Order: sequence, then structure tokens, then C-alpha cells
Amino acid sequence: MIAWTIYITFAGAIVLLVLPRVFARWIAVVTATAGFAVSLATFLCDDVDLAHFTTIVRVPWIPALGMNYHLALDGISLTLVLVTGIVAISAVLFSWDVTDRANEFFFWLLLVVGGSYGVFLSADLFLLFLFYELVIVPKYFLIAIFGSTNKEYGAMKLTLYSFFGGALVFLGIIAAYVSGGSLDLNQLAQFQFTPQLQSWAFPVLFLGFAVLAGIWPLHTWAPTGHVAAPTAGSMLLAGIVMKLGAYAALRVAMNLFPQGFQMWRTWIAVLAVIGIVYAAAVALRQRDLKFVIGYSSVSHMGFVLLGLATANVFGVSGAVLQMFSHGVIGALLFAVAGRMIYRRTHMRELDALAGMNLRDALPFAAFTFVIAAAASMGIPGFSGFAAEITILIGAWKSYPLAVWITGAGMVLVAAFTLRALKRTFFDVDGESAAPSSASAARTDARQMPAPPAQIASSAERSIHLEPITIPEKLGAGLLMFATLAVGLYPKFLLDRIQPAVEAMRFLK
Amino acid sequence: MSYLELLRLAAPEAIVVVTALAVLTIALTTARALVLGPIVAALGVAVAIVAVVMLPSHANLFGGMLVISPLNSLFKIICLALALATVPLVSSEKALPNPGEYIAVLLLGSVGLMLLVGSEELLMIFIGLELLGLSLYVLAAFDKADVHSAEAGLKYFLFGSTASAFTLFGISLIYGLSGSTALAAIGQKLTTLPLQPLLAVGIVMTLIGFAFKIAAAPFHLWAPDAYQGAPIPSAAFIASGSKVASFVVLGKIVLIGFGPVHGSADWHAMIAGWSPILAALAAFSILLGNFVALAQTNVRRLLAYSAVAHGGYTLLGVVAGGREGFSATLFYTTTYAVTLIGAFAVVGAVRRETGGDDLQNFSGLAARSPFLAACMAIFFLSLAGLPPLAGFFGKFYLFSAAFRAGGNHGLLWLVAIALFGSFVSLYYYLIVLKVIFVGEPSASTAQRGQSNASAVRTLDLNASTAREFPSRATIALLAAVVLVLGIMPQTLAAKIIASLP
Repeated sequence: MIAWTIYITFAGAIVLLVLPRVFARWIAVVTATAGFAVSLATFLCDDVDLAHFTTIVRVPWIPALGMNYHLALDGISLTLVLVTGIVAISAVLFSWDVTDRANEFFFWLLLVVGGSYGVFLSADLFLLFLFYELVIVPKYFLIAIFGSTNKEYGAMKLTLYSFFGGALVFLGIIAAYVSGGSLDLNQLAQFQFTPQLQSWAFPVLFLGFAVLAGIWPLHTWAPTGHVAAPTAGSMLLAGIVMKLGAYAALRVAMNLFPQGFQMWRTWIAVLAVIGIVYAAAVALRQRDLKFVIGYSSVSHMGFVLLGLATANVFGVSGAVLQMFSHGVIGALLFAVAGRMIYRRTHMRELDALAGMNLRDALPFAAFTFVIAAAASMGIPGFSGFAAEITILIGAWKSYPLAVWITGAGMVLVAAFTLRALKRTFFDVDGESAAPSSASAARTDARQMPAPPAQIASSAERSIHLEPITIPEKLGAGLLMFATLAVGLYPKFLLDRIQPAVEAMRFLK
Repeated sequence: MSYLELLRLAAPEAIVVVTALAVLTIALTTARALVLGPIVAALGVAVAIVAVVMLPSHANLFGGMLVISPLNSLFKIICLALALATVPLVSSEKALPNPGEYIAVLLLGSVGLMLLVGSEELLMIFIGLELLGLSLYVLAAFDKADVHSAEAGLKYFLFGSTASAFTLFGISLIYGLSGSTALAAIGQKLTTLPLQPLLAVGIVMTLIGFAFKIAAAPFHLWAPDAYQGAPIPSAAFIASGSKVASFVVLGKIVLIGFGPVHGSADWHAMIAGWSPILAALAAFSILLGNFVALAQTNVRRLLAYSAVAHGGYTLLGVVAGGREGFSATLFYTTTYAVTLIGAFAVVGAVRRETGGDDLQNFSGLAARSPFLAACMAIFFLSLAGLPPLAGFFGKFYLFSAAFRAGGNHGLLWLVAIALFGSFVSLYYYLIVLKVIFVGEPSASTAQRGQSNASAVRTLDLNASTAREFPSRATIALLAAVVLVLGIMPQTLAAKIIASLP
């Protein structure tokens, strides 16, 4: 049944192109909701064996070369399908105001979503790679056409990084295909690749996927791309696309080449820890709210990679949980920054926002951002805490030193999150209101219409901004509910993730 | 062997020749050659395709001069189909003088393609090459009013005839050594011969001619000017049919004729033979083509340099050799040809609308014509090798075949270069798409388009749309083919694999 997530989403994308543009957003929201409903139904009615990568569809596709249209499901992919559904719905809701070329916008958006469903469900290496590459171009157009600051540069950078990763993946996949003689992930997972092949194919494949997961030092596409993207674009990037890389690294690279993984995992842990601390430190120095969030994404994805590198059940399960958690939290943060604040004020500079007293102007935005920040910092009760603590428990068994360094990194995460929160919503003394107009002019003078005069004037304490709309509240509510639900009862997901992780080969 | 039998086996070629003559006659007798010519040509080519289908599955005349095999028949059909796709573009080109003659020459070029594909004997191959070449020189230089067209024709002719001389010289050396011009006989003889210098010279010289035809660097210098200056249908034909036939023949010559002196292109284990030569050509073409394409501002020049790079990728399969490598090459070159005719058709439509084919002429195409923009996106993304388009599967097939070949993944270096090249190529394809989808129509093109549009509106709206229709229909069809071959590649791949012995 869950295969229908893919079909519904692509069908919705095609319908969008055919029907007039007034229906665009409705079609998009119906499609996204239907996809999510299908995955939720599968999640609740446990009729699939989630402990193993169980085949749900298998049709010969290119028999001459051994390619099958082969979908399968286990707890890991189901978790990621769920987060994809949640983020997709909220991304559509937060794009309710897109009217210019709306058909096209939602078309590209649904292609990203559909491709992601495809990656998470593929059990054929070629099919997985096809879906993985399918996501690249829609991302480009989503950003290059509908983005904001420096959009063409950001879109191109992101696309080239993705495609560079794709080229590495291509090589790794060919190596696995030619040596293993099959494209079936379950069959390949049983195949004994020679250690010599694993020693070079694993890093190539892992690094290729990890580019999309924002591994340091190949993470720089992430902040730039997130900032340039429209709100829904950043939500998809942070919420889904970065997970594609991490998921595929786990499902393909680690599962097929366990010996290669053992050889290289310390290096992965090192890069992950550097990524966590470095991105957090950089985020602390950013002046642009979206850049802060963009670097926080890199930092949080560092946890995922660290979890994967631990090679034990706790660490890897935590990594999967963190993919879910960050998918939701990252999307929420970008929704607040992009849609709730930037669309209304046309400003993202922390200094400028500080003078605008947004807490009174947009109380709902302030509320949402507090929740998102708390979840992002890893306050107990939110999904971020559950995920990160699981990862750190796992890491303690493998790399105690990494836990110490990461602990310091978490302090930095808290610091930059609180700084952004305070500067954006709670900076009542207005000490830094003065540079607002100057800095605003510097960022967006060319792209955005000049803000209304009363915004620029720092004397004005209470400004009138368009109130938060219903779709925004719905979208934010959905994401907040998801992070709280998983935070309060992580067992709900972990019970499904852990057996699937235990079945993976690299643990044995 | 009766003449009747010969006529029956050579019927497809004969039909195309007769069609060419018929089109010439029409052009001489009526003034409506622009309308009638393409129709008659399309009919003739369609009949020729049917005739190819009706051929027996195996026949061999005059020691390999005319060979009928599943592979040859399949590629005769493909070459004819490519010619068929080029014909409608002619009827949309209003600038061409003497469309009847143009179509007749195009058809004669198609006969050259069929001879090339259908022969396994060096002399006949050379005749096919020359017939094809001469037709293409004329086609490139056909627009007499355009100085660029003349330049394209002249450059193509000078480089082409030099390359032909090399090939002929190479063939004569091979003949002197082996005592035969039939590929199968050469292959047998070469198993007993050591790789002596004379043989090496013969092989290299023969390969040069083909390197020129497929525009492999460093024999690509004609390509940018020919692609840019020649009339659009000529450029499309040069880039598609000629390339497909050349790869089929190149593959046959090296795999059947020169099979015993394969050599090895494996890293650290290179052995003299033709495969290291082709590997070097491939690597050089991929790097040069992609990097120079980065700097282009004219879409046709960009396509030319990308064609150099694609020639390099396609060579990978030949270097890999074997059934899998060759079928990968054939699949890739066929899908590439389809894509490129489509891309040139879009360029032609834009050129008629805005008067140029520089990058800025494409600015804001998505707003002016969503149809053309979407088709161009399909063609370019397929060239870049993105799913779910034909180029994606083609590259996967090709690179995995190359990776498999050789001992201990010896061609890994070549695969890595090709992957790197295809990474670089995404940038320039995306730049064009960015201009199409993100760019605003620039003032001059918009104005020009508007004045064109108003002129058209007052003069002959119907005539203009009717004239555009054949090329639009072709574009739509080719885009659909690229999409279908991407989603269901086995439709073509299985046929190619089955046709290989």
C-alpha cells in the first residue's frame, strides 16, 4: 500500500500541470495529505514485517540488465516516509501565498517529495539512484525561480554539490553492481565484496551520499542553498533532502560494504564531530536569521553522521530518530524564519529584526519559534532530546572522546539558538535597532520592495504586520505536534527502528 | 546471384535513391516544393523502413560488401528514422533556397548512412563515408545567403577530405598487410600477424577518419563552426545520423576487423593496440569538450562542444568492447542522436522567432513558449544524464560496461574521467535552462518578437503556424521518445542486445 505514496505524489504533480492555476495549491495539499495518510495508515496497521527490508512491489523492469522495479519497507524507511509526509504537507501550507507561477512551483515541490518517497522505499540500487538524482533538478528550479537572496548562485551551488555527490555515488553503485552481479539491495547485502573493493568503494559511496547530508567540509551548499530557497524549498531541503543522503549512506554504503565501513568509520566520526562543533560556532557569528538556521541544520546533521559512525544499535537508531526529529524541527525553524518573519518584514538580519518588537506584532510566530528553538536545543520532552541522547549513548560506547567534544558543541548550539531567539523576538531594549535600515538595504535592496516606512523607523514600537494565517497555523501545529509526540514517546518510533537496525549487516 | 536478388536485398537503398530523384523532379516542375518535397520524402523514407523490415534476416553479398544482419537492419531503420525526423525541420525553415534540392541531398546522405551501416568491407565503407560526407558538405553550405553557412561548409569539407585521405591511406596499408578488405578476413589474418609498425600506422590512420566523423578531440575543430553556421536541419543531421552510423561502423571495424589487436587500455597495464588510442581520444574529448563548452555563449556552439564530450563518453563502450560494451555504445549514440535532433529543432524554432541562437535569445523562453521550454528541458537534462530521461540510463549502461571490462577494473580511470566530465557538463546545461526558465525576455528580443508577431499577425498568421507545425510536432515526438526511452529503456536496449551476434 505504501507504494502509493510515490504514485499519488507524481500523479498530483502531473495533474498540477494540466489543471488551471487556481486549483494548484489545493491539488498540492490534497496530494501531500494523501501521501501522508497512506504512510500513516501503513504505520498504524502493522501488517508488514518492519524488522526486515520486506519487499512490497517487485516487477521486472529492464530484465536484460537485471533491474527491477523493486520497493521494500522496514522501520527505517517507514520513519523517513512519515517525516517526508509531514514536511510535505506543512511545506505546501506554508506556501499558501505563492501565486506567481503557482502550478510550476507546486509541480517542482511535489517532484522533490515524490522522488524522496522513492528513495526511501527503493530496494533496487538503480531505482534508488534514479529517484535520488530525480530530486536534483526540481530543487534547482524551486530555488532559482522562486528563491530570494542570491538565488541563482545558491541554486547552482546546491545543484553542483548534489551532482558531484551523485557522480561519486554513481561510481560506487557501478562498483557494487559489477562486482556483486546484482542490483537488489537485499541480495547485495548478502554478497561478500572483496576487502580491496570495499576499502575504496565505501568511502566513495559514503562521501557521495554524505554531501547531501551536509558532511563537513562539503556542507557549504547547505547554508547558501537554504538561504536562497523559498520557504517551502528550505523546509524540503532541511526536512527531507538532507535525509536522503543520510538514509542512502546507511542503506547502501554501510549496509553493502561493512568492512569498508569498519575501516573508515573513525574518520566519519571525526568529520561528524568537526561538523557539529564548527557549524555551531559559525552559526553563533551569523547575522542573518536564515544562515543561523542553515548552519544549525549542518550541526544537527552532524549528529546523524556521528550516530551512523558508532556502528552500534543505539547510535544508528538514534541517527534515524534524529533524521526524523531534525526533519520536523528544521522545517519548523525555516517556516518561522522564511514565511512568518521574512515574508512579512522582508528582513532577516538579526540586528534589524531586533528593533521591530516582533513578539508583540507576531505572537504566534514567537510562540512557534520558542518551541522550535527548545526542540532544536535538545530540551527534554522534544524529539531532539530523545534522538541526540540516544546517539550520545551509542557514541559513548564507541568514541567517548567524541561525546565530550560534542557536549561542548551542544552548548554552542544552545548559545546560537538562544541568541537568535532573543535577537528576533525578545530584544526589547532595542540597543541595536539603529543599523536596521542600513543592513536591510544591503541584503535585499534589489530584490524586495522597500519595507514600509514605519518598519524602518526604530522608534515605532508596535508595527502592524499581516497576522499569521490559518494555513500557517495548521502547518506549524502539525510540525509542533510531531516533535512533541516523538519527544514524549520516542518508543513509538524506536520500536520500529531498532529491529530494522539490528537486522543490518555491519552490526554483526 | 541474380540481379533480381540483388535488387531485392538493396531495395531500401534503391527506394531512398528513387525518392531523392522524385523530390528533385518535383522541385523542378512545381513551385510548391517546400510543401510537397518533405511529404514525398517522408513517404519514401517510410516505405524504405518497411522495406528494411521485409529483408531476410541474414544475407552476405560480395564478400561483405552488403551484409544483412539483424544489427545492420536495426540500424538502417534507426538511421532512416533519424532522417525522417530531420525532414519536417526542413519544411519549417523558410530561409532555405531550393528546398527540393536540399531534401534530395539529405536523402542521398541517408543512402550513405545505410551503406555505411550495411557493409562489412572497407572499400564499401569508404564509399559510404564519402557519399555521406559529400552530402553533408553540401548540406552544411546550403544557405548561400549566409556567410556562416559557407564557412561551416568549407571547414567541414577541408577537415573532412583530409580525414578521408588518412582513412584511405590506412585502409590501403591494412589491405597490403592482410590481403583483404573484408572485415572478417582481416580479423582472421591479423590473429597471425604480430603488431608491426606498419599495421600500427594503418590502424591509427583508419581510426583518424572516424575520430573526425564523431568529432573526437583533437579532430573536432570543424564541429563548432559546422554546428553553428550550417542550416538547422543540416546541423541536426550531421550531429545525429552521421554520428550513429559512424559509431556502428567504428565498432564493427575495431571489434571484428581489428579484434586481434585489441591491446589494453587498463591503467598500469596498457598494451599497444587500438583500445589505448580510443581511450586516449575518449579521455581527451571528454575533458576538452566539457571544459570548452563552459565558456560558450552560443547555444549551437555549446551543443557542438558537448557533442565532442558525448563522443568521448560513447567511445567508452567501444574501448570496453565485447557484446555489452558495444550495445551500450549503440544505445547511447542512438538516444543521443534523438536528443540532439530535438535540441536543434528547438534552437531552430527560437532562431526563427528571435533571429538568433545566442544564449540571450533564449532568455525567458518559458514565458513565451512553455512547450518549447519544457521540451528543451527534457533534451538538455537527458544530455546531462539526469533521470528519468534516456541519457541517464544510457550513461549507467555505458559506464557500468566500461567498469566491467578489463582485468581488475582497469578502465576505472576512464570511468572516473567520464563521471567528472558529466559533473562539469551539468553546469552549462543548467545555465541554458536557467536562462530559459529564470531569465526575463530581454528588451531587444521581446521587441523583435513583438514586431515579428505583429507582422505575422497582419500578414499570414495561418501560414506561419502551419509552417511551424511540422517542427513542433517533431519536437513533441522526440521529447516523448527521450522520456519513454528513459522510463522503459528495455524497448530499445533489448532489441540492440538481441541483434548483436
